[in-house]
Amino acid sequence: MAGDFLHIFPEIFLIVIAVIMLITGATLGNYFYSSVTRISALALLLSTILIIFSGTDKATAFNELFISSAFTVFIKIVLVMAGAVVTFMYLEYNKSSPSGFFEFPILVIFSIVGMMVMVSANDFLTLYLGLELQSLSLYILAASNRDSLKSSEAGLKYFILGALASGIMLYGISLVYGFTGTTNFTALAKIYSNLADSDATLPLGVLIGMVMVIIAVCFKVSAVPFHMWTPDVYEGSPTIVTAFFAAVPKVAAVALFIRVGLDAFGGLIDQWKQIVMFVSGASMILGSIAAIRQTNLKRLLAYSSIGHVGYLLIGLAAGTVDGIEAMLIYLVIYVVMSIGMFGCLIFMRRDSIPVEKIQDLAGIARTNPLFALAISVFMLSMAGIPPLAGFFGKFYIFLAAIGQHLYPLAIIGVITSVIGAYYYLNLMRIMYFDTPVASLDKSVGFGMKLILGLSVIFNILYFIYPGPLLAVTKFAAAALF
Amino acid sequence: MLQDFPILSALIAIPVIGSLLILILAVRETATNARNIKYIALVTSLLTFALSAVLLIYFDQDTADYQFVENYSWIADYNIRYHLGIDGISVYFILLTTLLMPICLLTGWETIEKQLPTYLVSFLLMESLLIGVFASLDFVLFYLFFEAVLIPMYLIIGIWGGENRVYAAFKFFLYTLIGSVLLLLGLIYIYLHTGTTDIPTLAAEVPKMTLEVQRWLWLAFFASFAVKVPMWPFHTWLPDAHVQAPTAGSVILAGVLLKIGGYGFLRFSLPMLPDASSYFAPLIYGLSIIAVIYTSLVALMQEDMKKLIAYSSVAHMAFVTIGIFTFRATGIEGAIFQMISHGIVSAALFLCVGVVYDRMHTKEIAKYGGLVERMPVFALLFMIFTMASIGLPGTSGFVGEILVLIGTYGVSKLTAIFAATGVILGAAYMLWLYKRVIFGEIVNPALQTISDMNMREKCFMIPLAVLAIFLGIYPSAVLDDIHTSVQNILQSRHFINIEMKEDAPETITITPDE
Repeated sequence: MAGDFLHIFPEIFLIVIAVIMLITGATLGNYFYSSVTRISALALLLSTILIIFSGTDKATAFNELFISSAFTVFIKIVLVMAGAVVTFMYLEYNKSSPSGFFEFPILVIFSIVGMMVMVSANDFLTLYLGLELQSLSLYILAASNRDSLKSSEAGLKYFILGALASGIMLYGISLVYGFTGTTNFTALAKIYSNLADSDATLPLGVLIGMVMVIIAVCFKVSAVPFHMWTPDVYEGSPTIVTAFFAAVPKVAAVALFIRVGLDAFGGLIDQWKQIVMFVSGASMILGSIAAIRQTNLKRLLAYSSIGHVGYLLIGLAAGTVDGIEAMLIYLVIYVVMSIGMFGCLIFMRRDSIPVEKIQDLAGIARTNPLFALAISVFMLSMAGIPPLAGFFGKFYIFLAAIGQHLYPLAIIGVITSVIGAYYYLNLMRIMYFDTPVASLDKSVGFGMKLILGLSVIFNILYFIYPGPLLAVTKFAAAALF
Repeated sequence: MLQDFPILSALIAIPVIGSLLILILAVRETATNARNIKYIALVTSLLTFALSAVLLIYFDQDTADYQFVENYSWIADYNIRYHLGIDGISVYFILLTTLLMPICLLTGWETIEKQLPTYLVSFLLMESLLIGVFASLDFVLFYLFFEAVLIPMYLIIGIWGGENRVYAAFKFFLYTLIGSVLLLLGLIYIYLHTGTTDIPTLAAEVPKMTLEVQRWLWLAFFASFAVKVPMWPFHTWLPDAHVQAPTAGSVILAGVLLKIGGYGFLRFSLPMLPDASSYFAPLIYGLSIIAVIYTSLVALMQEDMKKLIAYSSVAHMAFVTIGIFTFRATGIEGAIFQMISHGIVSAALFLCVGVVYDRMHTKEIAKYGGLVERMPVFALLFMIFTMASIGLPGTSGFVGEILVLIGTYGVSKLTAIFAATGVILGAAYMLWLYKRVIFGEIVNPALQTISDMNMREKCFMIPLAVLAIFLGIYPSAVLDDIHTSVQNILQSRHFINIEMKEDAPETITITPDE
C-alpha cells in the first residue's frame, strides 16, 4: 500500500503545495501573488525530480486504478516543465500590466495534477476524475479576465462544450461498463483477447461506447469536427492563458488519446483507427485552410494548433511504436514552438497596450529585428521547413505513416503543410516585406528573453544533435507496447 | 594533411560564421558598421571561393569515387548520417556557387540600403546551403539543404524585389515547396524499404525495386526537380521570380538554383531509378521540346529584359533535361556543361540588365536603344554574353548545346531536330534584344547622360566574360573532370542494356578535343 503512494507522490506533493499556496493567498491577499507564483513554478520544476524518482518501470497501484510507466513519466515531465515555464512567464507578463492574480499559478497546478492523473489512469473512473479536475481548472482560467466580456464568453463556451463532451464520455463509459462489466483497462484488455480467441463478435454496445469516448477525447484535443470551441477560447482568454492552453493541456489530451486508444481500447484498434484517420485528415485540412483568412494572431494560432493535432494523430493512426515515438517527438517540439510563439505574443504591445492583430506586426523586422527573427523561426518551424525542428517532427510522423501504408494521410499531410506554409509565410511577409507602422514596445524582461532565446535556439539547432530526444521518446513509446 | 582537413564542412561553415559576425555587428546600426559588414560579407565569400579553388586543384579526375568524403554519425537511430563528398558532377556546381556569390554581393554594393544585414546574411546563408546541397551524400541531409534554400531566397525576392515582389516570393516558395514535399514522401518510401539514406548505397539498392515502384518514385522526384529546373509547364514561377527579384537574386537564381533540378536528375533519378528514367525519357523529351520552342517564342515577344532572359533560361534548361535523359555520355556531359555555361552566361546577362537598371530604373526594352554610343564597354561585354547565350562557336554556350544535340541525335533524331530549332530561335530573340537595346538612335532623352560601367562593375563582369570564352575554346578543362563520374552513372548496368537494344552505331564518347 505504501508503495502505491510512491507512484502518486508527485501529484500529492503538487496538491499539497497548491493548497498551502491557496491558503496563503487567501489569508494574505493578492499582495503576495508574485511569491506564490514563484513558489508554484519552483514546485512544478521540483516535481520533475519526484516524477523521475517514482521510477520508469511499469507498475500499477490502488487495485490497478493507476498506472505508472516510462510513457506516463515522460508525459508528466513535459507537462510540469511546460507548466513551470508558463508560470514563470506569468510573472513577466504582469510586470508590464499591474494586475496579477495569485489564483493563476494555483489553478495551473490543479489542472496539471488533473492531467497527470488522467495520463496515468488505468481505469475509466480515474481517467474521468483527472479529466474533470483539469477541465474545471481550465474553464476558470479561460474566464479569468473578469473585466473582459470576451474572456467570460470564452470561459462559458468552453465550459458548456466541455461539459457536453464530458457527458458524452460518461455515457460512453457507462455503455462499455454495461456490456463488459468493468471499467478497468487491464480487465478490458483481457476481454478483447478472449473475444478474439473465441471468435465471438464484439457487443455493439462496447463499440458505441468506444465511439463516444473517442469523440469526447477528440473534443479535448480539439480535432475536427469537434474543434469549434478552440478559436473562440484561444481568442477570448488572456494571452498567458492561451499560451498555457496551447502548450500544456494539448500534451495531456494527446497523451490521453494515446492511452485510451492503445490501452483502454487496445483490442479495438481496427475500429477506432478509422475514426482517427478521419479526424486526422479533417484536422489537417481545416487547420490549414481556415487559418488563411484569420486576422487575429491568436485565432490563427488556434487553427494552426488544430492542424498540428491532425499531424500528431497520423502517428496514432499508424498505431506502431514508431508512430507513438514520432508523436512524442512532435509533441515536445510543438510545446517548445508554442511556448516561444505565445511568449512573443505576450510581448506584442504598442504603448503598453497589448495588440494581437496580424497587421500589428507590419514591418517590425525593421523596428524590432530580433523579435521578428524569433517569430520567423517559430513560424518556419511550425510550417515544417528544414532545418528547423518542426521539420523533424513532421518527418518522423510521415515516416511512421508511410511505414504503415497510410499513403492518403501522408499525402494530405504534405499538401496541407504546403497550404499551411502559406499563412506562416504570410506572417513573415507582414513582418519583413511590409512597411512599418509603428514600433512595438521593446521592454522585454531578462527572464522572458531567456525563455524566448532558448526556444529559438532549440528550434534552430535541434537538427545538429537529435539523438537524445529520439532515445528518450523511443524508451517512452516502447512502454506502451 | 590536406586529405584530413574537412574542406567541405569548412566551405559550409565559413559563410555561416561570416553571417554570425554580421549579425553581431549589426546590433549597433551605424554608418561604419554598415560598411564593415559589407566588407565582412565580401571577404567571407572570397575566402569561400579561394577554398573551393583548392577543391578543384586537388580533385582527382581519374576516379569515379566520391572525394573529400566526410562521414559522421548524425541521427544514429535512423541510420541517417552526416555524409559529404563530391565527384565530377558536383564539383563544378560548388565552384559556380562560390564564384557567383562575391559577384552577387558586389552587384548590390551600392544599391542595397534597406535592411542591409538581413540582405548579406541571406546571401551568405544561401551560399552555405547551396554548397550543402551539392556536397551532401545523404538523402535526408540533401533534402534539408534543398528545402532550406527556399528561406533566404524568399526573403531576397520579398524584401528587395520589385513592385510585385510579394506575389513572386510566395509563388516561388509554394511552387518549389509542393514539389519538394513529394520528393520527401519518395525519400521516406525509399528509406523504409532500404533502411538507409546513404546516396552511394541507394544508387546500388534502389534500382533493384520493381518498375512499378520505380515509376511512382520517379514521378515524386520529377515533381520536385522539374519545378526546380524548371520544365514546361512547371516554369511559370520563374519569370515572376526573376522579374521581381533584385539583380543579385536573379543571378543566384539563374546561376545556381535552377541547376539543383538538373543535378537532382543526375544524382537521384538516373542512378537510382534507371528503369523508370528510360521509361519516362519520352515524356522528358516531349516536355523539353515544347519548352524549347514555346518558351523561345514567348521570349521573342517579351517587353521586359529580365523576363526575356528568364524565358531563355527555361529554353536553355530544356537542353539540359534532354541531354541528361539521352543516357549517353555525350548527352549527359553536354548537359552538365550546358548547366555550368548557363550558370555563367545567364548570371552575366542578369548582371548586364542590373547595370542598366541601376542607372535607368527600368527594365523595359523600349526605353533603351543606342546604348553603344554612351556605353561602349557595356556594349562589348553584353555582346559577348549574348553570343555565348546564342551558342556561337568559341563560346561556352556552343559546347553544351552541340554535345547535347550529338547525344540526342543518336537516341532520337526527331528530338534532336526539334531541339535544334531552339538554337535558331535563341539567336533570334537574343540578337533582336541586343539590337533594340544597344543599336539604333538614342530615343529616350534620359539615356543621353548615362554613364558606362564603373570599376566595380567591370571587376565582376570581365572575369565572367573571360570564363565564357575560355570554356568555349578549351572545354576539356571542365569535361575531363566530369568524364569519369558520368561514365560511372552509365555503367550502373541498366543503361548499357538500353544501348545494346537500340544497336546504336556510335557508343563512343565524343568530346571536342578527341
